[in-house]
Amino acid sequence: MSVLEIEIRDKRFPADDGAAGHLALKNLLLSVARGELVCLLGPSGCGKTTLLNCIAGLDRDFAGTIALPHAPDQPDPVIGYVFQEPRLLPWLSVRANIELVLSEVQRGCGIVEDMLAATGLEDFAEAYPQKLSLGMERRVALCRAFAVAPDILLMDEPFVSLDEPTARRLRALLVAIWQQRPTTVVFVTHNLREAIELADRIVVLSPAPGTVRREIAVNLARGQRGDERAIERFRQELLDDQPEIFQDL
Amino acid sequence: MAHSRVVLQSLSLLALLLIWQTAASALESRVLPPPLTVLEVLVAGFESGQIPKNVGITLARVAASFLLAMVIGIAIGILMGRHTTVDRLFDGWLVLFLNIPALVTMILCYVWFGLTEVAAITAVAINKIPNVVVTLREGARALDRDLLEMAQVFKLQRWSVLRHVVMPQLQPYIMGTARSGLALIWKIVLVVELLGRSNGVGFQLYSYFQLFDVAGILAYTLTFVLVVQLIELALLQPLEARLNRWRR
Repeated sequence: MSVLEIEIRDKRFPADDGAAGHLALKNLLLSVARGELVCLLGPSGCGKTTLLNCIAGLDRDFAGTIALPHAPDQPDPVIGYVFQEPRLLPWLSVRANIELVLSEVQRGCGIVEDMLAATGLEDFAEAYPQKLSLGMERRVALCRAFAVAPDILLMDEPFVSLDEPTARRLRALLVAIWQQRPTTVVFVTHNLREAIELADRIVVLSPAPGTVRREIAVNLARGQRGDERAIERFRQELLDDQPEIFQDL
Repeated sequence: MAHSRVVLQSLSLLALLLIWQTAASALESRVLPPPLTVLEVLVAGFESGQIPKNVGITLARVAASFLLAMVIGIAIGILMGRHTTVDRLFDGWLVLFLNIPALVTMILCYVWFGLTEVAAITAVAINKIPNVVVTLREGARALDRDLLEMAQVFKLQRWSVLRHVVMPQLQPYIMGTARSGLALIWKIVLVVELLGRSNGVGFQLYSYFQLFDVAGILAYTLTFVLVVQLIELALLQPLEARLNRWRR
């Protein structure tokens, strides 16, 4: 049962001088099942972020349709978005940053405390974001996105520019939270190892104009994903099997 | 460090007083009374209640025109900064109003609305609004798009966006224009009082001017400078410190 249906025929950014502009996405078809964690994998500049912004409704200037999942009692789908930069409000405390995006009802039911506890940020609830490390800011952004109980969670390379051990811890944290609060996730990355570690399915995009080049089911059990050798073996098989798909990565 | 700064500032103020005293003794003229005479006038003014009353009236006018100018100026500034069409439509008006001399607005307001309180306050506000607009327009143009997108995705209410996303980013611009605004407005208020009101510091200064009573003029000036300084220390600086807590 698919809950996210993407059909973008054409997404271009106009040039300043009225020329044809840059064609970012072309004939991109993708459907995502409820509760699925899909990784979009593609070289930089292939339109991954553009695609997320189209899904999020930040960019409506494209030819095509995007059907989003939403709960029957809600007028609109609830979207959680973890941006590449944490995008926290520096003048609000960690707690206030999360509470800001919640409704009165949600605030009342202890979700903030739960999320802070789940990410090990209990002691930093009153801290301002500038006092935190990048890894911690990213955890706050993760809390914020999960706290709204999203119908769909969009993640745009949320763990880049972290050292590898921190990134790995955050990936494990993401999976743990996601398993407790299942939701549909579209996760953008250019890192094949990261994609294998996280995804139910990897969608490989072509260089610009971005289109779906290949879809790969990751049939590794969740329990195996913590094992670097299993990841590496899976990666090597993919590379040996279809080297042309990954040559731009 | 702080201690030596206070000492230095006191010494420098003392030096100013000394120069004043020396010049006054040398001239021995009514047009430059010595500090002590001014102090006597000051004390007498406070005892009779004249100085507090007139300073109070002037301050009320300053507050009214300041609030009016800030609220209207901030609203227009944000609109012009965020909407290119509005900006293009009214940019010409803005340049025009920026360059109308304060005296002209005052005279026109008094001519059109009569010698009334409303006319006085409106005239002062009109003088300040264009400055607020120009500053806030820059601020609104510089708003962080990333944060606005975040607010949009998480479907923040309009009011919430304004209060938690937009206003904190505009705060340095607002504080800047508030500071310069206060300094400008209280000076303009004095002129407006001189032209068309029968009380307030401006009116008193005018009366003393006609009598060549420099001691009276200086007594009022000193009081007013002190009051404005007090507003800066007791109101603006603590407010700014509170708003800037989050900065490291």
